[in-house]
Formats: sequence, structure tokens, C-alpha cells
Amino acid sequence: MVPALGRILILLALLAASAGALVGFATGARPSGAGWAWARRLAYAFAALMVLANLVMEYALLTHDFSVGYVAHVGSRSVPTWVSLVSLWSSLEGSILFWGLVMGAYIAVATWQNRHRYPEYMPYAVGMWLACGAFFSFLLAGPAQPFATVPGPPIDGPGPNPLLQNHYLMIIHPPFLYAGYVGMTIPFGLACAALLVGRLGHDFIRPLRNFLLLPWIFLTVAIVLGGWWAYEVLGWGGYWAWDPVENASFLPWLTATAALHSALLVERKGVLKGWTATLVIATYLLTVLGTFMTRSGVFNSVHSFTQSAIGPTILVFLAAALLFAVALLTVRVDTLAAEGRLETGPSRDAVFLVQNLLFVLFTFTVLLGTVFPLVVEAARGVQMSVGRPYFDKMSVPIGVALLFVMGVGPALPWGHATKEQLRRALLPPLLTASMLAVLGFALGVRNAWTMVALFFGGFTAQITLSEILLPVRQRMRARGENVLEALRQAQRRGRRRFGAYIVHAGALLVIVAIAVSSTMGSSKEIQLREGETMALGAYALTFVNADRVAEPHRESVRARMDVSKNGRSLGTLYPRMSRYESQREPIGTPAVRTSLTEDLYVSIQNIDLASRSVGLLVLVNPMVAWIWIATAVMALGGLVALVPAWRGETVAVRVAVPSASASAEGSR
Amino acid sequence: MSVPAIPAPAPALNPGKTKWFAFAAVAVAAAAFLLIALGGIGENLVYYWGPKELRAAGDKAIGATIRLGGQVAIGSVRPGDGVSNLEFDVTDGTGTVHVVSRGVPPQLFRDRIGVVVEGTMTRNGTFQSRRLMVSHDNRYRAPDDKDVDVKTLMRSTQGLDEAPVPRAAATPAVKPQVGD
Repeated sequence: MVPALGRILILLALLAASAGALVGFATGARPSGAGWAWARRLAYAFAALMVLANLVMEYALLTHDFSVGYVAHVGSRSVPTWVSLVSLWSSLEGSILFWGLVMGAYIAVATWQNRHRYPEYMPYAVGMWLACGAFFSFLLAGPAQPFATVPGPPIDGPGPNPLLQNHYLMIIHPPFLYAGYVGMTIPFGLACAALLVGRLGHDFIRPLRNFLLLPWIFLTVAIVLGGWWAYEVLGWGGYWAWDPVENASFLPWLTATAALHSALLVERKGVLKGWTATLVIATYLLTVLGTFMTRSGVFNSVHSFTQSAIGPTILVFLAAALLFAVALLTVRVDTLAAEGRLETGPSRDAVFLVQNLLFVLFTFTVLLGTVFPLVVEAARGVQMSVGRPYFDKMSVPIGVALLFVMGVGPALPWGHATKEQLRRALLPPLLTASMLAVLGFALGVRNAWTMVALFFGGFTAQITLSEILLPVRQRMRARGENVLEALRQAQRRGRRRFGAYIVHAGALLVIVAIAVSSTMGSSKEIQLREGETMALGAYALTFVNADRVAEPHRESVRARMDVSKNGRSLGTLYPRMSRYESQREPIGTPAVRTSLTEDLYVSIQNIDLASRSVGLLVLVNPMVAWIWIATAVMALGGLVALVPAWRGETVAVRVAVPSASASAEGSR
Repeated sequence: MSVPAIPAPAPALNPGKTKWFAFAAVAVAAAAFLLIALGGIGENLVYYWGPKELRAAGDKAIGATIRLGGQVAIGSVRPGDGVSNLEFDVTDGTGTVHVVSRGVPPQLFRDRIGVVVEGTMTRNGTFQSRRLMVSHDNRYRAPDDKDVDVKTLMRSTQGLDEAPVPRAAATPAVKPQVGD
């Protein structure tokens, strides 16, 4: 009964999405009030049906209804309730169902929010969204089939992937990722609508930017959560490996970040309209490519569940979407003519361009390295991969350049900067830059690129902070407000700008933390017997003993490691090796002692109770905690920038407070 | 933003010329980038080879980064002193490669298990391992190490699990000739 109900809901959703897409396009081409009303109704219907289908699946998971194919595949009576609950996104079919839920929610919110606005654009946009929705409904109705009926239901199932049960981060990483990935559908639909209408004006860029910013926040958090999870669970001591699956999440982030910046130029200067639309469309296509890479099994990793017909189906969709996008851009991009002119001299405008080019360059670099092995294997049948050194070598200079640009841009005025302005804007930050570099050198930094990153980090930090604080200082001086009141007023009046600089502060911290953690760490692999002690840097670790811990769904062997630093005891760490019921293979769970300056990371490679020996990988990773903190700062900044827009009280950028570099009065 | 109006500098080139100039500049930059990127990829390729392909590659294998997939030959594991110099043979049934590893072996490491060893071939005919990974053949194929391309590992080890190869591997493994 439950499987049938689920299938009916999916089919209805497919129907609603297909009909809504057609109605949307028809209404876009020949505007009519009735058509628009129907397009909206069908959009809400699609969302409601997806919510219901997900509720049915949750019900089946929680009641262990093994007659539902997906539950038989991932459910288990032995796992805790929370694991059953999040099993929805622990495997292929369920994750696509959840995808549909997120998509439905986005479409409903975006439609509702703009139901009285942009009458020319919205029908096309809803049409685009529902066309994408129709594809995913089709995926659920045909190749994926989470609600397939199991003829003779088993008594119990295997439970979800143990690696996913191993850490709470796995509960939140996928929803964030989907909210980021799926959310890119909305700006894609809006950009296509702008192309179809043939206009991208000062007004319509706003919903585009806001609906780009929202999934961008989710995606930013999701990427780092993924890295954090890898760090806390996988036990190899790092957070980023340029794994194809990681790259798949990073690629759309790069183009989305570029688009967020070029959208600012569209809004301010009326230039780069077609370029921005292209970036937004590319972002969506990269999310589809990422979905293909992670869901089809062409790359194997913890993300790819099984090989199935889903891969080829997504590939066909990707090809169709790519063709559509290229055709649309070719035919219509000329309609988005620039209204203004872009300055080419030294100015903020030019830095925006450089920034955009750097992000595109970064995208191509990562894309090339990720796709190259696939192409070679398809063409010549030779298996290979592109090693990490390629990605490291290429991304370090680009990352440092971005760090620099992130400082120079805000320091320069719009339009055209005079020599005097350049000097006054760029010389003072060099002081902080040199100070940070010297401080780094004193603390033992010897890697040239790390020094460069510290230098530009300091440069950008000073500019960013003064950009955040300048309006506050001005208010305090001009109106005699106290710090808190000035801060409140200043950020209320320039919310978006304020949020953007908070994001920048977070981003520069992330880059510096990555530079330091990836070059300043140390590691050691060692085999210890009970009672033996090893040393790594200032740390000493003693293997006291090993014991067995039994839990309902897993059995672990823990090593008790007494840790001291410079002779002072820091307590005990318990790295473990766990064996899950459904899996032959044990999974190591590292123990990490986190502090603001450095992490001590202890991971068991092998452990034997009989011979009382343990094989360990021990690392000291400096500054890693700052990556997580800085990401939270970035997300916070994004939210600050988003909130006023959400309330519809956006402060026009044109009356924004003067930049730190410009000393003149705050008039244009 | 609050710049007193500055007269725009007179454009040095007429718009048409500027356009071509920009186009040419972008083309040159794109070509340079492609050259650098493809060069970078070429230098950092990781080859996925079994003992057979490794042999076939000959001198090309020396110094290159290789992921050697195969099975640990029976009775070939010689634990070294403490951590360093664990030695074993990797076989695909047709040939073996002698591997020297300096790391701590993973939990499941033992005779006949599928392994992927990342490292390089040395002149004296032994394979120097930088990283040792065991195959995962449970149904989820969840890797211990996210970096592992399990698919390759699966492909290179799956065949060994089933058909004639393990039996072939059971015959005394031929050590690679040293110094050929």
C-alpha cells in the first residue's frame, strides 16, 4: 500500500511539473492572468506532492516497512531512530527523492515571493524551474524508483552506509549540499527568463542575486562540512584531497561566486549582463555535472552508491540542458546589451573584471583536472588520475591572487583612480601585510607561498576591516553615537555591503588557514606496543592499553592514548577502530584534539588486541579550527547581506557609504 | 564610490581596435593557460597499473607516480623492523612486483588481500610505496581513505577474488629480478 501511494505521488508530481512547465512557457510567450495563476498553482502542487512523497518515505523508514524498495535497501531495525530518519539521504534513490523535496521548497518560495512582481519574467522562470522539476520527477518515476515494491519483504535490512552513521556531521552535510546544489536551479531559471524576455534590468538583477546568494551560503557551508567530516571520520589527516566528488561541489561554488560579483556590476553599471547570465547558467550546468559524477558511479567514492540507469539519464539531461543553454545564449545574449560602460583604468571596476577572470580560470583548472581522466579512459581505455600536485600547484597562485584582489578591489574607487588615490589606498595596508609576514617568519613559516599568503592576507585584512569599520567611525564622529549604536545604524543602512565584507573577512581567514595548515604541519606513522611512547614535535603520546566497546550497532576497539605536551599532561585520546554489523570491514575513527592554534590528530591504522600493538598515524595540523570558524563567519556575512533583501528593504548601493579609500564626502 | 568627477581619459585606441586587441589578449592568455594546465596535468598523472602493465612500461615506470593494484602474494609478507621496510609481493597472477613500504600497514593487510599501492618504481626493480591501501569489497565500497579510487581498486582486485587468478597466485611467486 505504502509503495503504491508513494509511486502515485511521484507520478502526480511529474504531471504537475510537466504541465506547469508548459503553462509557464506558454504564458511567458503570450501573457495571460489565467495562465500565470495556473503556472503558480502547478508550482505549489509540485512542491506539495514532493513534500508528501518525502513524508511517506519517512513514515516507511521509521516504521521499517521493508515492502518499500528503498527501505529494504537502507533500513534496519538495529539502528537508532535518528539514523532511520536521516536514511532518507543516505543512499541513491532516497537522496533523489530528498532532492525533489528541496527543489519543491525552493520553487514554492521563489514563486510565492515574486507572485506579484516581474510579470514578464516570472512565467518563464516558473516554466524553467518546473522543467527541471519534471526531469527529477521522471528520474524518481523511472530509473530511480525509491518506492519500488518488494515482493517478499525481508524481516530486516542492512542499514545505511556505516561511514555515514559514524559521525553527526553526516546528518547535516547532505541537506546543506542539496540546499546549495538544488537552489542553483532558481537563479538558472531567472537567468533563462531574462534571456527569453531579452532584458536584464536594474530591477530583475535583484531577485537573481538574492536567489544566487541563498544557495551560495548553503553550498559554502556544505563544502566545508564535507571537508570537516572527512577530517573527523576518514582518518587520513586532511580535509581536502581534490577528490572528483569534492571538486564537483567546488566547481559550481566558483562560478556562483564569480556571478555574485558580476551581478553587482550589472546592478551598479548596467554592464556584464550576458556574462552574468552565462555564469549563472554555467553554475547550474556544473551542479548537474556534479550530480552526474557523484551519482553515476563513474568515480567511486563514499558518495557514489551503485551503478544504475540514473547515471546515463542524468547525462542525457546534462547534454540537453547544455544544448539548450548554448542555443539560448547564442540567440539571445545580444538582447542583454550593456547600458553603461566599464572603466578599464585602475579602478574597482577593473578589479572586478580581474576577479571574475580569476574565478573562471580556477573553474577551468579544476574542471580540466577532474574530467581529464574520464576523457582519457573513454577515448583510450587507459585508467589514470590527475594527482593532487597538479591541483595544488595550479590553485595556490590563483588563490593568492584572489586574496590580493579581494583587498585591492574594495580599496580602489569606482570609475578611475588617480595616482594619488592609488597611493593612499594601497600603501597603508602594506604595513599590516609586512607585519603579518614578519610575524609568520618569526613563528617559523619558511614556505614561500605561505609567506606570500600571509602578506596578502594581512593586506586584505586591513582593507576589509577598515571597510567594515569606516561607516561606524564616521557615524561616531559625525553624530556622536556610541560604538554599538553606530554599528547598529551603519549596518542597518549598508546591510549588503556590511555582509559582503564579513564574507570577505571569513574568506581571507580560510585562505590563510589553508595555507598555514597545509604547509606547517608534521606527521608520523608508527607501530607501538602497550606502554610505549612516541614523540611528535612537542607532543608525547603513550599507548596505555586497548579495550573493546560494544554498542548496539557497532563494536569498537579503542586505544587509550595519554597525551602530553612539553611534559604537561593534556589528558587522554581514544582513537578507535569500529566494526559495523552490516560490514565486514572495520572503520577507523580518529581522535582529534582541537585547539585554536593546532590540532593533534591520532588515527588508528591497525590495532591488535592479542599482540597489544597499535599502528598509528599521528599529525599536528596547525590552524585547522580556523577553517571551520571562518566558514561560519562567511555564512554569517552571507545571511547579513541576504536579510534586508528578504524583507524587501534593500538599501540601494548608489547611496552606500563611502569607501575607506575615498576621502571625499559621501555624495556621488 | 565617492570620487569627485574625474574626466574620463581619452581612449588611446578607437573602439574597434580595442575590441580586437582585447580579443587577441584573451586568446593569448587562454592559450597560455591551457599550455600550463595541460603541462601540469601531464607532469602529475597517476597511472593505474597492475604488475603486468608495470612490467610493460619498463623504464617509463621509474620515477612516475603509479597506483599498483593487485593481490598480496601468499607468504610474501615480511614485516620489517618496527614501522619501516615492510616488504611484500603484489601479484596479478601473471607477474609479481616486489614492494617496499615505509608506512604502517592498514588493519586488514594480510596475504591474498587486494591492495593498491601508490608509489614509484625504483631502478633496482622494487616498488617503493608511499601509501598502502587495502581493497574494500563490502557492498557499500566505502573507502577508509577518501582519496582512494576504489573503482580501480575494485577492478584490479575483483577479478582476483573470483576466477583462476588466486590459484595461480598460490603458486610460488616469482620475485622480480634485481637489477635488470
